Amino acid sequence: MFQINKTDLQFKEKSNMKFNVKNFSKQVMSQIASSSILPPITAGLILAITFSVILLAGCGKKEGTTTLNMSEDAANKVYVPPGQYDEFYSFISGGFSGQMAVYGLPSGRLFRVIPVFSVDPEKGWGYTEETKPMLMTSHGFIPWDDSHHSELSMTDGVPNGKWIFLNGNNTPRLARIDLKTFRTAEILEIPNSAGNHSSPFTTENSEYVVCGTRFSIPMKELDVPIDSYREKFNGTVSFVKINPESGNMNVEFQIMTPPFDYDLSHAGKGPSHDWFFFSCYNTEEAFTLLEVNASQKDKDFIMAVNWKKAEQYLKEGKAKDVASEYYHNVYDESKHSASSEVLKTVKMLDPKDCPDMIYYIPCPKSPHGADVDPSGEYIVGGGKLATVIPVFSFSKMLKAIETKQFDGDVAGIPVIKYEAALHGEVQKPGLGPLHTEFDDKGFAYTSMFVSSEVVKWNIKTLEVVDRAASFYSVGHIMIPGGDTKKPWGKYLVVMNKITKDRFLPTGPELTQSAQLYDISGEKMKLLLDFPTIGEPHYAQACPADLIMKNSVKIFKLDENKHPDAIKSVNDARVERRGNEVHVYIGMVRSHFTPDNIEGVKVGDKVFFHVTNMEQDWDIPHGFAVKGNNTAEMLIMPGETQTITWEPKVATVYPFYCTDFCSALHQEMQGYIRVQPAGSSGEIKFSLGVKK
Amino acid sequence: MKKITKILIIASSLAMIAAFFTPIWMIDLEAPQYPEGLGMQIWINKITGDLNTINGLNHYIGMKKIEPDSIKELTIMPYILAFLIAMGVVTGIAGKKKLLGIFVVIFLIAGIAGGVDFYMWEYDYGHDLDPTAAIIVPGMSYQPPLIGSKQLLNFVAHSYPDTGGWIVIGAGILAVLLYFYESKFNKKIPAKESVK
Repeated sequence: MFQINKTDLQFKEKSNMKFNVKNFSKQVMSQIASSSILPPITAGLILAITFSVILLAGCGKKEGTTTLNMSEDAANKVYVPPGQYDEFYSFISGGFSGQMAVYGLPSGRLFRVIPVFSVDPEKGWGYTEETKPMLMTSHGFIPWDDSHHSELSMTDGVPNGKWIFLNGNNTPRLARIDLKTFRTAEILEIPNSAGNHSSPFTTENSEYVVCGTRFSIPMKELDVPIDSYREKFNGTVSFVKINPESGNMNVEFQIMTPPFDYDLSHAGKGPSHDWFFFSCYNTEEAFTLLEVNASQKDKDFIMAVNWKKAEQYLKEGKAKDVASEYYHNVYDESKHSASSEVLKTVKMLDPKDCPDMIYYIPCPKSPHGADVDPSGEYIVGGGKLATVIPVFSFSKMLKAIETKQFDGDVAGIPVIKYEAALHGEVQKPGLGPLHTEFDDKGFAYTSMFVSSEVVKWNIKTLEVVDRAASFYSVGHIMIPGGDTKKPWGKYLVVMNKITKDRFLPTGPELTQSAQLYDISGEKMKLLLDFPTIGEPHYAQACPADLIMKNSVKIFKLDENKHPDAIKSVNDARVERRGNEVHVYIGMVRSHFTPDNIEGVKVGDKVFFHVTNMEQDWDIPHGFAVKGNNTAEMLIMPGETQTITWEPKVATVYPFYCTDFCSALHQEMQGYIRVQPAGSSGEIKFSLGVKK
Repeated sequence: MKKITKILIIASSLAMIAAFFTPIWMIDLEAPQYPEGLGMQIWINKITGDLNTINGLNHYIGMKKIEPDSIKELTIMPYILAFLIAMGVVTGIAGKKKLLGIFVVIFLIAGIAGGVDFYMWEYDYGHDLDPTAAIIVPGMSYQPPLIGSKQLLNFVAHSYPDTGGWIVIGAGILAVLLYFYESKFNKKIPAKESVK
């Protein structure tokens, strides 16, 4: 069934061909139709064409489809002339890279990779003394994590351009990125969690960002047999409160849940403002061979959490303090330094003590997306293995709760009758519905992983109105504002899981493939393929003016509160403290102050505290010392950063600026002399001494 | 002096108070690397703008740093302007043509002196270059124009009066015109028709 669908699709695209083939095929078709050729021959011809199309698709050479979709029209729609700006910023998760990348839409141009959960040599992230604390966890320093979803902070259900949140999946964490600097401002470890997957979705005013466990884990007793899963393992969903002014995050409370896998989530909107919806799979509670054992039940659940009710229970003191060690890392922009705080306890709510706080809605089958339409009335489940897309009605759900239309309970949590909460099902949407976004015209767009397409359907009537092939195996999709109250329904970005032949090959390891569709008309039109980093899971986008006007150009040197900053080259100096040597260097185009340093001994630990004293836009300086095992640095105007160095051989080491800063960049260099341990040389430093 | 002359002299003198709160001169620099613009504003008592950046760039060609604290004109100019304003007001109130004449002469002397001083200041910065500078172009000096635009290596320098400057210039021109009006045409033309 799906094969035929796909073939039809190829066929349609073929007939859209720009050049003469269109007319030619039309002629052939009309000739076939009007002539009295025997039906078997017609059938044979159609078969042959179909077969060749399948063959074309099958051999992986997609030239046909690519060129068919490309036209001058598409090129014009994605062309941003030199020096002009894109209409939208998009923030695409870096997947297994642990980072987040910023692209312009519609051009698909990459502007910046924002380092978040992984070290980044290009920016010094995780290498400088100032940024190292950002990657600290209760397990120690973690250089590489896996980031999945991004979510813009919101006011009244619409992005406000202040921050973007990103989840760390492996060692559960939540990050807040400041959109004035495009830098990670805060990382909060999530205790009692594993696989922080259903995160970082936020409520309409970013009151809370949620984190839900993909893995259930033992919590009360830690060292238990794996096969005690059902008795000893639990999941949690965490509600992280966001300070509306500073953006600072804290785990306000957690809710202990049955040991299912909580996959994705979205907050309610408008009428459903007080609720949060989480998809969950593995309600079979399997702990081995999940691909089979967690796929047995016909329906899993969408978990509806009334967070207002949870707040009320928290106030009433229903939460228990649970001892758990977790890190809270904050980057102080005025000090250009991060610090870590170790927290020791968290408030835990048990649904058993909190009636009417959580309900389960049955949802076919191993749902991924739990997506709420702009009106807040419809909740769409994306059952990976389901043959339909179920659409739930929030008002029907409330009514079902009111009239107690339950199908028993799970661990004391009432299960609402499927039909009682159901608005309807989208029939025959395709295979492998994963995730749904919305436009501003009453349509939903669902990604189909297995049949590798996006399906557009009417939210009210549940009719499929269009479908577009993706290359290949689309995971998440994104419409700017497509999970908010006010989508900008102009473009659709498709994030594919498989790239294969879409770009020039680069060995076995290929770039990731994203695709841009024009969705302003009735039919989706493929406009552009563009490569992305990592494996993007989810993305956000908003109009550029919401963010660009606030973008910081330089850090003000006057406001630099780094304890080792120097405000004037007159303060540049070298100080010995025992076997530590602290070097305070100032950088201005095109020299270091000082650039000749002597008196360091083998066995010393040298701290280079380097301040970029420029106050000019886009004049970063780099800093590199030969043989330094720790790293290099990149320092923005007005910023101070520090690296350490423990030289092992007595000689003279050169250092230089690694970021081309001026016509005399190549002259921006210096020497540091290291003498043998125990030698008598005193600390000396200078700049420009003339003979 | 006619009533209208008195009013205009007093009004234009008082308008010059604005020059205490707005820059009197601007020097803008244009270069491919500075799409956002680069410039400095000279006020009656200070210099603002991208002074650090300009100083940073100027060090390549061995120009002295522009340090507002060491420019004595910035401490003197407020008094000169205050004196001109006061004298204009007094002239208007007194209504003596002779006084108006003295006012015009002092105004013109102050203006010319200011221009000459500014030219010499620019000349000094543009010519007194560090002989060990990184970039030395034989025969090249970097004096910005007194008024107008000029190419200096990769920069085009534009030097023009700013808001406060235009007000002072306007007041000066008006004073000169009013003097002529008083001394020549006013004898023949009735006052009513002379109001423009």
